[in-house]
Amino acid sequence: MIVELGHFALVLALAVSIAQMAVPALGAHRRDIRLMRVGEPAALLQFALVAFAFGALTYAFVVSDFSVKLVYDNSHSMKPMIFKVSGVWGNHEGSMVLWVLILALFGALVAFFGNNLPDTLRARVLAVQASIAIAFLLFIVFTSNPFERLDPAPFEGRGLNPILQDRALAFHPPWLYAGYVGFSMTFSFAVAALMEGRVDASWARWVRPWTLAAWLSLTIGIAMGSWWAYYTLGWGGFWFWDPVENASLMPWIAGTALLHSAIVAEKRGALKSWTILLAILAFSLSLLGTFLVRSGVLTSVHAFAVDPARGSVILGILIFFVGGSLALYAWRAPTLKTEGIFAPISREGALLVNNMLLSAATASVFIGTLYPLLLDALADMKITVGPPFFNYTFVPIFVPLLCLVPLGPLLGWKRADVKAAAERLLVAAGLAFIALLASFAFFYEGPWLAPFGMALAVWLVAGALSEIAWRVKLFSTPLSESWARARRQPRAVWGTALAHGGLGVVVAGIIGVTAWSEELITTLAAGESTEIAGYTLTLDGVGLRDGPNFDAMVGVVRVRKDDELIGTLMPEKRRFSAERQEKTEPAIRTNGISDLYVVLGEQAGDGKWVVRAYYNRLAPLIWLGGTFMALGGLISLMDRRLRVGAPTGARAHLRPSAAE
Amino acid sequence: MRRLIASLVIFIALVVPALALVDPAERLADPVQEERARAISKNLRCMVCQNQSIDDSDAELAGDLRAVVRDRIQAGDTDEEVYDYVVARYGDFVLMTPRFGPSTWLLWLGPAFVLLIGGGVVLFVIRRHRTRPVASSLSAEEEARLAKLLGSDENPL
Repeated sequence: MIVELGHFALVLALAVSIAQMAVPALGAHRRDIRLMRVGEPAALLQFALVAFAFGALTYAFVVSDFSVKLVYDNSHSMKPMIFKVSGVWGNHEGSMVLWVLILALFGALVAFFGNNLPDTLRARVLAVQASIAIAFLLFIVFTSNPFERLDPAPFEGRGLNPILQDRALAFHPPWLYAGYVGFSMTFSFAVAALMEGRVDASWARWVRPWTLAAWLSLTIGIAMGSWWAYYTLGWGGFWFWDPVENASLMPWIAGTALLHSAIVAEKRGALKSWTILLAILAFSLSLLGTFLVRSGVLTSVHAFAVDPARGSVILGILIFFVGGSLALYAWRAPTLKTEGIFAPISREGALLVNNMLLSAATASVFIGTLYPLLLDALADMKITVGPPFFNYTFVPIFVPLLCLVPLGPLLGWKRADVKAAAERLLVAAGLAFIALLASFAFFYEGPWLAPFGMALAVWLVAGALSEIAWRVKLFSTPLSESWARARRQPRAVWGTALAHGGLGVVVAGIIGVTAWSEELITTLAAGESTEIAGYTLTLDGVGLRDGPNFDAMVGVVRVRKDDELIGTLMPEKRRFSAERQEKTEPAIRTNGISDLYVVLGEQAGDGKWVVRAYYNRLAPLIWLGGTFMALGGLISLMDRRLRVGAPTGARAHLRPSAAE
Repeated sequence: MRRLIASLVIFIALVVPALALVDPAERLADPVQEERARAISKNLRCMVCQNQSIDDSDAELAGDLRAVVRDRIQAGDTDEEVYDYVVARYGDFVLMTPRFGPSTWLLWLGPAFVLLIGGGVVLFVIRRHRTRPVASSLSAEEEARLAKLLGSDENPL
């Protein structure tokens, strides 16, 4: 019964979104405030209905109702509860419901917080948002019904792919979708602005928090995905330039560009038309990602629901929204007036270069991901575009960008003094040079480019700190004065520094893992030892363990350093009986800077076990840096100046310099 | 008991499907040759896997191909000859780095092309907007509203 109600709620949500699209749009056209005001209750109702449908589906998974086909296909009564819940979105139909749920959530947030928006803009934003909901609800209801019943109901479910039964992966899709779908909000704002025919500083300000929210979610989603790949796929890799990974990276880079260009649009009234285009592109790339993962045009570790028929429907949706919005853009963008003077050496000039490089980086990922598909479709030639391609194209575009990152925030608007900015970075440059020499001294046998990469990482971190030091006049005024200045800085300043510094930490991690890691592959009998990076690993033995829904061979590996026992690692090989699949579970010992990573392999012919051990230098920094970046986004999002939806309040006006 | 039987059945049913990736037994005695074999393996795609190199894959076919690579190296082939040998049998699909040729010109030059266009646009924007006067498109009422929204905003971000 609950399941049928869920299905019904989904259909009702479709009906509500049709009203939410048509009525406010008509109202905005006729300047009829009563019609426009239908948008908010409709958006809230649509969210409530989709949330109910999602709840009903989750309920079916939690109670293991195998009469629902989706539950039968993707769940098992013996599965731990957390994976019963994550099983809701571990499949095509359920993940589409989650997608629409997040879409409706963003619409509801605009309805709730959007009192500050001009009436027509708000009405149009909600109408555009509803049109996206209509497309995807139609898609779910007609081609991917998650509530389909089975009669007779099977006794037991078929289980969830073991590779998906993992804590990080369980919560990776919701964040990723929040990012993808978050860009629907900036898309709706862009299309609404084109309909209005004007973009001003306030528009740019309204768009920034949504961009930031989407970017921040996507950052977390990508970081979690790569962390999962690192500790689960069993050879310590964290990024494979896999098409599905690229599908999430493209909107992230485009979103990063959007984040920066919106600042220029707000502060200087320039780059408006470009900002609109970026908002359209970021969401288009999100839709492209959705299409690539579900259409069957790609094979990937992450792809699921490989179904050409559904793929062509999503392709239709993609073409409609991308084509429609770009056509609207071509028609209306020339009417947008651009203001402002653009000096080459200025904050806006730096942000322009940032956007140019980020766009080219997006293009290199786009070309590398789609070229093999096109070549196959058009010329029937099959090629592989692997990681080396991206190392040759993406990296050379990204490195100059990274070099310029610390400079940007130190330049003033309009006309900047590049010499003064460079002087403020003198300490950072010195530290980077020391890092270069130190890296060469320690790893003179490693790849010669790696020390330069490490210098770049230090440059980014020290540059971010230099910016804060300059803003609070550290050491040039008494410390108490600096402290007072630090307290007065807007949160966005801290957020920027944290995100830019976090980027440097990520770079350090990537350099460490790829250039300076050690690898050891050997066979060990019980009692035998081997050595890696100063650690002695002894295989005590291999035993059997009974998991909740699997059986595992467990290797017990004692770790010693200088003859002192410092830990025990227990890598596993798991066999999932319900799903009839195997999965290796590496064991990782981290000291916060480097990881000792051990994998249990097969039993060799002579009864010895294959053991693979890695010493991944600086690996944890990749995710530490990712966390910094996400935190930076969060802190910026909490900046009072971006909280345009919240009541502006008299407080901010009476005491402008308090708080923050 | 039911679980025990079930797991036993599965245990037997699961024919150990794969070689360990880079089995120590596969390795060549000469460390220089072995290092070359690893480098080449990282650049060859496992045909039956999903975007994995044969160096990373535990599929049987990847193991066979690793053996082929090591055989060729031991037979005295240069790296380029090994790639040619493999491509002659499996096609271009097997190479992780696509070769530069008429069918991949767009692929390899595309990003640089975009970068050039982007650079041109940046120069154009800066030249065109260097002298344009500032004009506000906001009405007085909107200016007031904007000022209220922006608050006291002396910080340049």
